Amino acid sequence: MRAQFVLSEIGVGLRRNLTMTFAVIVSVALSLALFGGSLLMREQVSTMKGFWYDKVNVSIYLCNKTDAQSFPACAKGAATEDQKKEIRADLEKMAVVQKVQFETSDEAYKHYKEQFGKNSPIAASVTPDQMQESFRIKLKDPTKFQVISTAFSERPGVQMVQDQKDVLSDLFNLLNGMNFAALGVMCLMLVVALMLIVNTVRVSAFSRRRETGIMRLVGASSFYIQIPFVMEAAFAGLLGAGLACVLLVSGQYFLVNNWLVNHIDVITFIGWDAVLAKLPLVLAMGLLMPALAAFAALRKYLKV
Amino acid sequence: MIRFDNVSKSYPKQNRPALRDVSLEIEKGEFVFLVGSSGSGKSTFLRLLLREERASTGQVHVLGKDLARLSNWKVPQMRRQLGTVFQDFRLLPSKTVSENVAFALEVIGKPRGEIRKAVPQVLELVGLGGKESRMPGELSGGEQQRVAIARAFVNRPMLLIADEPTGNLDPQTSVGIMKLLDRINRTGTTVIMATHDQQIVDQMRKRVIELEQGRLVRDQSRGVYGYQH
Repeated sequence: MRAQFVLSEIGVGLRRNLTMTFAVIVSVALSLALFGGSLLMREQVSTMKGFWYDKVNVSIYLCNKTDAQSFPACAKGAATEDQKKEIRADLEKMAVVQKVQFETSDEAYKHYKEQFGKNSPIAASVTPDQMQESFRIKLKDPTKFQVISTAFSERPGVQMVQDQKDVLSDLFNLLNGMNFAALGVMCLMLVVALMLIVNTVRVSAFSRRRETGIMRLVGASSFYIQIPFVMEAAFAGLLGAGLACVLLVSGQYFLVNNWLVNHIDVITFIGWDAVLAKLPLVLAMGLLMPALAAFAALRKYLKV
Repeated sequence: MIRFDNVSKSYPKQNRPALRDVSLEIEKGEFVFLVGSSGSGKSTFLRLLLREERASTGQVHVLGKDLARLSNWKVPQMRRQLGTVFQDFRLLPSKTVSENVAFALEVIGKPRGEIRKAVPQVLELVGLGGKESRMPGELSGGEQQRVAIARAFVNRPMLLIADEPTGNLDPQTSVGIMKLLDRINRTGTTVIMATHDQQIVDQMRKRVIELEQGRLVRDQSRGVYGYQH
């Protein structure tokens, strides 16, 4: 195998199909950037899940005096001290419960004011005795909300049981949906890229049919005949993958590190380690898939 | 060297077989003309030798190998011992004379030193000394065919297959090409040449194999082109 000969053949082939090569590079770059992006997105979502599920609680809101009219569950009036003690004792007995915290109506009022700001008209219209007392429960497994709900929602003195995870699950569903959409677009781009490669191989096999015909006659091995085509595709794919890596790295640098982090501080974002860990995979895919596509196309378009 | 045992070849979608029950033997060092009208099976005969096609029935032996049993990946190795020349030369127009000949050695992975030695030698042999750096477009038809012969012969094949090598050339140029093929034959290389050129066959007085509608109808040593049709 004469490396120089093969390399010069690849150079000639790539220059001959410059527009096609460019199209291959761009479509491989876009599809792999989407692929890497969606992997990172998935990682981001699972980091966020871990972060949030660690913080969220199940809340059992207790009836207060004013709830008697508005909530049928509280028709019998505010929760009594005995009811509270009983609920607390039962909660502490449950295996799924990690920690129970009681929030008095004064504390609830304080949190409420913090959330809406001291000068908000809504906050001003609320008085401490309108706020509900509640149990804030931390679960060992955040998904076991149902156990608490069935055990306590019908209890006398309980207004309602709220799973704060519900609030977040919409967000996660949205992110997952976006992730699937990105994967879908990536698959489409990948199909486009592979079809372009097949077409490039077809054109280049046709334009080199003289050479390959002679090579066949003088007894060049099929490997030797095919390798320039495969390397051409692999080279274009590798360039595309390199471009995809640049896109991912600059996405992390500009979008995440320099923008999102400054604007959203309640979320921990994925770091460089996550991004860099994806690059070898992206490069390998960019190298191997076009090569395989070219090889498959050669079986059809090049007699050896 | 070459042996055909009851070889038939049919192509799909054609009811008439291209070759029918052909048996013959060609010894090492022979010079053989293959004659017959268009469609008589000459091309199929040559394609079987090159294992571009496989026989439908019967056995083809080339260089002591049963081509039906030769696995695909060994075919290139076998072809390295064959040289092929065509009517249309099949040179690469963007390469010089030397590069065209060197190409045949490069693609089978010969070391560069060997190529540098073999190419001028074979160009000298075919009478193209001094024209190494010309482009094929600058050469006459006869010279182009000499380049093609040089390329076919540079690897010193045991067998040279020529498919109407003089088909595109005028009679005088053809004589030059025949002299060259004869010289190559004298080095011990077996030459099989398919041709329509009556004058050449009659002049050379070599073995003549005639095919007609796929059948072997004549095999004559020191023969002539044939009966007037």
